Amino acid sequence: MADIVKKLKETGKDVYDRAIQGKKPSLSFPVRSLSNVKYHPKRGFFEIRGSRTTRTFSYATVKTFAQTLRMISESKKLVETDDLATKREVYYISKNWADARFDEQAESDTVMDDIEAMYGVNREQLGFIPEEKGGEVAGRLFIIDRDRDTGRRLRIDCTRFGSGAYSIPISVEHLDFETNAKFILAIETAGMFQRLAKHNFWRRADCILISMGGVPTRACRRFIRRLSEIKKLPVYAFVDGDPYGFCNIYRTLKVGSGNAVHINQYFCVPEARFLGVTPQDIIDYELPTHPLKDVDIKRAKDALKNDPFFKYYKEWQQALEQMIEMQVRAEQQAFAKHALNHVIDVYLPEKLAHPEKFLP
Amino acid sequence: MRKLQCAKDEASLAPWAGRGNPHFHETFCRITAINVKRGLVGTDERRDVMAETGVLTAHDLAKRQREISVAEFFTKNRHLLGFDNPKRALLSAVKEAVDNSLDACEEARILPTVEVAVRQLAEDRFVIKVRDNGPGILKSQVPRIFGKLLYGSKFHRLRMARGQQGIGISAAGMYGQLTTAKPTTVISRCSASKPAYKCQLFIDSRTNEPKVVAEEEIQWDIERGTEVEIELLARYQKGRQSVDEYLYETFLANPHLTLRYQPPEGEPVSYERITEKLPAQPKEIRPHPYGVELGALLEIAERTKARNVKTFLMTEFCRVSERVATELLQKAGLPDTLRPSRLKRPEGEKLIEAIAQTKIMAPPSDCIVPIGEQYLQSTLESLVKADFYTAVTRSPSVYRGNPFLVEAALAYGGELPLDEPARVLRFANRVPLLYQQSACAITRSIATTVWKSYGVQQPGGSLPVGPLLIAVHIASVWVPFTSESKEAIAHYDEIIKEMKLALQECGRRLGRHIRKGRREAEAQRKRSYIEKYIPHIGIALRELLDLSEEQERRVCTRLGELLERSRS
Repeated sequence: MADIVKKLKETGKDVYDRAIQGKKPSLSFPVRSLSNVKYHPKRGFFEIRGSRTTRTFSYATVKTFAQTLRMISESKKLVETDDLATKREVYYISKNWADARFDEQAESDTVMDDIEAMYGVNREQLGFIPEEKGGEVAGRLFIIDRDRDTGRRLRIDCTRFGSGAYSIPISVEHLDFETNAKFILAIETAGMFQRLAKHNFWRRADCILISMGGVPTRACRRFIRRLSEIKKLPVYAFVDGDPYGFCNIYRTLKVGSGNAVHINQYFCVPEARFLGVTPQDIIDYELPTHPLKDVDIKRAKDALKNDPFFKYYKEWQQALEQMIEMQVRAEQQAFAKHALNHVIDVYLPEKLAHPEKFLP
Repeated sequence: MRKLQCAKDEASLAPWAGRGNPHFHETFCRITAINVKRGLVGTDERRDVMAETGVLTAHDLAKRQREISVAEFFTKNRHLLGFDNPKRALLSAVKEAVDNSLDACEEARILPTVEVAVRQLAEDRFVIKVRDNGPGILKSQVPRIFGKLLYGSKFHRLRMARGQQGIGISAAGMYGQLTTAKPTTVISRCSASKPAYKCQLFIDSRTNEPKVVAEEEIQWDIERGTEVEIELLARYQKGRQSVDEYLYETFLANPHLTLRYQPPEGEPVSYERITEKLPAQPKEIRPHPYGVELGALLEIAERTKARNVKTFLMTEFCRVSERVATELLQKAGLPDTLRPSRLKRPEGEKLIEAIAQTKIMAPPSDCIVPIGEQYLQSTLESLVKADFYTAVTRSPSVYRGNPFLVEAALAYGGELPLDEPARVLRFANRVPLLYQQSACAITRSIATTVWKSYGVQQPGGSLPVGPLLIAVHIASVWVPFTSESKEAIAHYDEIIKEMKLALQECGRRLGRHIRKGRREAEAQRKRSYIEKYIPHIGIALRELLDLSEEQERRVCTRLGELLERSRS
């Protein structure tokens, strides 16, 4: 903690000293984008390549300069008082900053990501926390946590949430696990998770079900990562059969994102493999489809051209090209066309019989 | 072509057809086209059969075919003259009278003072009265000028003037008599030493002859001038196409005019002349060979006093020197000594062809008088409060042998509305044009000028949008209008090209102004950054580093200096 405060102060000191000396201060950040990542399966995640941008004090940057420094100052206050502020709260704090305030939360989030990247830390270390929940868990898993007030050891049974589920907290570093499940099934939609949980699919397949709710949050990625690493469990992803499901949800789960390039190392699940829905599944299971929109096609083509992950794997290139050629996409829930539980009775058992055929 | 009765009459009074103006044909072909019908030729037997079946023969048709007077023609086609609805009729009547007054004053080198009164008698009944201080009209000419269509001094000459055909004021009178059965009243006096002559007259629409119903010599407290009074069916409305707007714009285009106006309701309006200088007297010119068509050429040849075709070319046309005449005749393969009266269609065709192939000097340009950049600009300055004004007068150019000149002016910013299409003021020979904006070459020229490069928005192919007012004036010995109501200028390539060149020059100047304004705004914005953002850097640094107030102030000052020194 003291360490981060020291770093924050150093930034301020540097700006101050240069200004007093009559030199233009500057702030330097790693470039947060796909263009600044490299991928090798041995390392397992999107690593930073080292490009940096330097923001030198000028008319064009003075506003962002003021905002960045004020947010750094807020962070210092939070860390020193052991308090936390959500991203939304930080946005509201800026409303005190007169002309330097943020007009949209997206602006304050960007500045926050910059600061995070600048120090190479996770935002929680700066006292900032996200709004969104981490995801939900059901199945053969005991989570070892501590009681907030007494600090007593809690042993949470994830089979015993009835029609509900365990909710992944924002910080998961202190959790421990006990399980005899064979694998983790990471599911895109809450709807599919509900179906599988309701019919106790985890019992039949001996697994842990985790709902990601779209692109998995950092907490969700970190949770799956720690669980799979500690318990040596394979992770299978079950998402919609569309470019968003492949290129955003699955890719981010497995190797991280361009935007969070400075922390991907911790917030990814290199062991994850892709169960479905694959383009081939759409044909094999005669799924009802929707036509690909222009944005879908653009996303797929972009991935083929610019995403180091997809550029590495031939299998994925084939899958994306197949989808572009088919011009259609299919959702997880499309199996309901055959029967509501077709996915439980037919699709998942058939797929799980051959995990070696999963896409990397 | 069959000649109209009125045309013959006029020919005896003035050599009307002589000048070979191409528009002469356009105007009259339209009239005679209705007159000329082709009959069927058939035998008597066939005629009987046809009569039984209701089919008409040439003989039957011949009984119905008769001459149509111009007056009669215009009675039925009043829209061609701008009398198609009561609102426009009021404007057209005032306009014709005022245009005539101004032309008369300028020709007599008198600084014009024109008084206009519009009085409402009943819901849709008005009287217009226009009085000038012009040279007056001889007693003998009054009935013909006001009681006969196509009678006037301007049609036969190639000379820059407001009126052109001699239709206007008598058409206004005829409209009045048609709608109210009241005569036109004219008072005129040529000098203080002569009595004033007052006369009331109708136009016989069948014969196109004036019918004077009352005339007398009267006491008039005006020393010299003319007054015309017409009662007519009309509607008075304010706005862009109103009498008020027309008079105002007339004043704008004629800075030497003093104008007093009593509207039907409200206070009288008075515009005092800005300059005591009359516009230069436009010179009359002979037709230029490039504008002449075959029929006109033959007619001039028939009438000329020249003894041979070479002299004919040199005396009847402008810019034909002996060298040019020789060249023309050589190319046409005609002997110099040919008598002009022997010039018939085949020879004429050869000559026209030779003209097209020969380079002839452009007509003289001293025959057109611009308003002038200075006056155009001050005109706009008096019209609107804007940030920027400019005006451009082009040098004269030629279309179809007619010299013309284009002027453009614009005002930008200030109180002009921000998000509306540019307001356009159109003038032709100092006359404001209020109707048919979209059909006009001026509008077309503005819309096809690329305003985006000057920093003004422009939706594809239409008028630019922004706080912009554009005035365009075309001056010519013969302004090509799309119809006799003289509201829209025809789309000649040469004219549109000149207009665009004038507009582009205005646009370039405007572009410089807008860019300068943007640079200044940008600099201002940057300066404001120092006050807006630097204090926050100071606060952040104080919080981070526990700075004293003095230190915070110092770092802020330093940062401000750094910004001011930086270029970007």
